[in-house]
Amino acid sequence: MNQQMHTGIIIDEETELSLNDLCKACSSSAEWIIELVEEGALEPIGYQQTQWRFSGNSLQRACTAMRLQRDLGLNLAGIALALELLEKIETLESRLCQFEQKE
Amino acid sequence: MDYKDYYKIIGVEKDASQDEIKRAYRKLARKYHPDVSKEADAEARFKEVGEAYEALKDPEKRAAYDRLGANWQAGQDFNPPPDWDAGFEFSGAGYTGGDASDYSDFFESLFGRGFGSAQTQRQHTGFNARGEDHHAKVMIDIEDAYHGATRAITLQSPELDNSSHIINKQRTLNVKIPKGVKQGQRIRLTGQGSAGMGNAPAGDLYLEIEFKPHSIYRVDGHDVYLDFPLTPWEAALGATLKVPTPSGLVDLKITAGTITGRKLRLKARGIPGKPAGDLYVVPQITLPPADSETAKELYRKMEKEMAYNPRGKLGV
Repeated sequence: MNQQMHTGIIIDEETELSLNDLCKACSSSAEWIIELVEEGALEPIGYQQTQWRFSGNSLQRACTAMRLQRDLGLNLAGIALALELLEKIETLESRLCQFEQKE
Repeated sequence: MDYKDYYKIIGVEKDASQDEIKRAYRKLARKYHPDVSKEADAEARFKEVGEAYEALKDPEKRAAYDRLGANWQAGQDFNPPPDWDAGFEFSGAGYTGGDASDYSDFFESLFGRGFGSAQTQRQHTGFNARGEDHHAKVMIDIEDAYHGATRAITLQSPELDNSSHIINKQRTLNVKIPKGVKQGQRIRLTGQGSAGMGNAPAGDLYLEIEFKPHSIYRVDGHDVYLDFPLTPWEAALGATLKVPTPSGLVDLKITAGTITGRKLRLKARGIPGKPAGDLYVVPQITLPPADSETAKELYRKMEKEMAYNPRGKLGV
C-alpha cells in the first residue's frame, strides 16, 4: 500500500500544455491533434507546431473530441461542430440557471 | 448473474437486420453519450447500449447469443449452459471498442475474458514506450474546494502479468486535493499513470474533479449560490442575519424592502482562487402558515389595515 501523499497540479486556464502533453493525455497521435487545430477545434498560441501552447481547457476538448470520434464515429468537421454546440448549450444553461434564480 | 436482453436494450426486434441494429445503436449512443447527455444515468446507459451492440453487431456473437434461446427474461438469474458455445469460433480481436473491464459479467461469461483491449496492445509497440496516461474521476464536497482535502483514491488498471494474462491491478493513492479546485477541472499527477516500458518514464494520472450535490449550496464555475429563506417581516423591515457559507457563518445585512430572488453578493466568499469566486445569497420570502387563531387574526389585521394590491399592474 502506498502511504505517500501525492500532490498534483490543477490544469486551469493558466496552465500551458504542449502538443506532446495533449497527445499523451488523450492517447492520440500528434497528427490527430494537428488536424483538430486545422479544423479550428483547438486554438493554440504560437506559430510553429514545436512552439504551440494549448490552454488548460484544450485538454478537456481534445479528450471529448477523442471520445466523440471513437464512440459515435464523428469526423473532424462533426467533432468541431459538436464541441461548439456543446459549449453553446453550456453557456445557455448557465444563463438560464441565473435567469431562473432572478425569478 | 442476470440475463441481459440485448435486443430490448437496443430497442429492436429479434429478427432485426444488422443495419437496423446499427441505426438503433447509433441513435442511442448519441442520446446517452456522457459528453453529450446531462442525464444522471447517461454513462451507465451508454455502457449498457455499447455492450449490447458489441454482442449483436458481430454476426458470430449474435448467432451464439441467439442460441441461448428466447425463453430468458431480462434480469433472470443466468448461468450459461456448459456447451453453449460449442461449434462457434470467435474470430478477430474480440472487443473492438471500449475497455474490456466495462462489460458486464453476463457478457464476459458468454464471450470470455482475455481479449486484448486497445490500451494494452499499444504497450507492445516499442521497447522504450512511455506509460499510458490514466484518467479518473474524484468526487469531493464543496467544502473541500474551500479548505483543500486529501482523498484515498483506488484505481484499477488492467496490466499484463508474466504469462501475458490481463489482470486487474488495484492500487490506492493518497492525493492532496488543492484548495480552489473547480467543477470539471483536472489535476495532473505526474508519473502516476501506467509504468513505462524499458527506460521510458511512466504516464501521468489525470483526476477530474466533480462536486457531490450539496443540500444547500449550488456551484456555477467559481461562484456559489445559496437559497436563503426570509420571513416577510425580515424582508420588509430589514434585519441582520447569520448566513452559513462553506467557510463559516457570516453576518449579512438584509436591507428593508428585499424581494425574493434579488441576489445579494458576498464578495470572494465563493470558491477560493485568483480571483476568488463570489457567494450569492438568493432571498426566498416564505409565508408563515395561518395555522392558529392568533396567526389568522394577524393576517386579517394586515388585510384590513394594509391596503396592499399586488395586482395593480394587471388592472384588477
